[in-house]
Amino acid sequence: MSALTREQIRGAILDTLCAIAPETDPAGIAPGAPLREQIDLDSMDFLNVIIRLHETLGIDIPESDYARLATLDSAVDYLARRSEAGYAGGA
Amino acid sequence: MIEFKLPSLGADMDEGKLLEWKVKPGDKVKRGDVVAVVDTSKAAVDVEIWDEGTLHEWIVNPGETVPIGTVLALLLAPGEAPETAVRPKLAPVRPAAAARPAAAAPAAGASAAAPSARRRISPAARKRADELGVNLDALEGTGPGGAVTLEDVEKVARLPSAAEKVPDKIPDRNLEMRRAIAAAMSRSKREIPHYYLSETISLQRAAEWLEAENARRPLPERLLMAVLYLKATALACKSFPDMNGHYRDGGFAPAAAVHAGVAISLRQGGLIAPAIHDMDKLTLTEAMKKLADLVKRARAGSLRSSEMSDPTITVTNLGEGGVESVFAIIYPPQVAIVGFGTTLARPWVIDGEVRAVPTVVASLAADHRASDGHRGALFLAALARLLQEPEKLR
Repeated sequence: MSALTREQIRGAILDTLCAIAPETDPAGIAPGAPLREQIDLDSMDFLNVIIRLHETLGIDIPESDYARLATLDSAVDYLARRSEAGYAGGA
Repeated sequence: MIEFKLPSLGADMDEGKLLEWKVKPGDKVKRGDVVAVVDTSKAAVDVEIWDEGTLHEWIVNPGETVPIGTVLALLLAPGEAPETAVRPKLAPVRPAAAARPAAAAPAAGASAAAPSARRRISPAARKRADELGVNLDALEGTGPGGAVTLEDVEKVARLPSAAEKVPDKIPDRNLEMRRAIAAAMSRSKREIPHYYLSETISLQRAAEWLEAENARRPLPERLLMAVLYLKATALACKSFPDMNGHYRDGGFAPAAAVHAGVAISLRQGGLIAPAIHDMDKLTLTEAMKKLADLVKRARAGSLRSSEMSDPTITVTNLGEGGVESVFAIIYPPQVAIVGFGTTLARPWVIDGEVRAVPTVVASLAADHRASDGHRGALFLAALARLLQEPEKLR
């Protein structure tokens, strides 16, 4: 097994957003703009997004890093780095 | 015999449609069992029973819409035998207003006015209607004397069929919910002399405490600030019973327990405010689990009748939407609603120095028939104090 690809991570994020906010149009998300300005997510929804990403990707996300998941692009960057670090560190 | 009646499921509900029985005659039930599912304008609600006994007879059948207070079923009390139990005299089941006919129909003209009268339908039209499955009773004729012609039938057949129109149910639900909210809020504004107070509260300590607490909690057990708000509000209610209870029959009745209603916005529009029971007694961890579960079930439309009927105070956290403050409308028959705005860094004076501190504007709308502004001010001050000692909220 190796670290997750950026495409896998992007797919998991979009699936998760659609699951938590069913009205989400994944194709309509501007990757560089804040997700919470594009999708109606309250703090409970956002926490559920994080919990679900943790479950599907197996990546731990400390609360102090929540801000790094603000946009789709930054979330992919962050999770890809965490995934690589996880495999590098855990090997 | 025990009468099991349709309970009130909130101020904005005056009737309900029985969707499903969860028990059948002969089944034993105990307090808290879910015995039926009832559709209100807001959600399908699992209706609990608060008596113990054996279900004897269904009075209302699935599909029927009846006013609250209608006897839905009869139960035998423990020890009662069906042969000797006295069957109460029941009023005939009165269909609720939901069975109201489409009011616009009579305007369609004379041809539609007397559907029982013999209709003029051309034989070709009748044959074609059979083939296409068109309901002739619902059809308006354009032929001589209102006669239904072949063309009328084919025109109707080309329209989207009733079956295809089922998605209309969703806008209808929204419309019904909007009406229910309008009715409850109009009643509130008409009957309740609201007074409004607000207080800006430093969240410095609460935010620091929460950050440290969440850093050592596994992800699924992390807390939201909303839970601290709920717990602090519930504890303040213990010291200010005049904020916690119901105004009914011309008088205020304080509630013994604190069941905190949580205003939850629904994705398809509208809102619902079910209760977290005994909020003052829950640990923050327990309260967080209950809140997460409540939000999930509210949005999935799977709430319990007790959650709908017995909040003793409501908390609304509209700050989630980014607004600074919210002055909410009381849900009758409750007497107070507490609102929290968004968390915002504001200049704050600490030991003579100005610092940027996370703050929230907490507001109280309360019923002047149950309390005065002075009490409300003390309540908000107590709430602010409680949020300065987050470790004690645990």
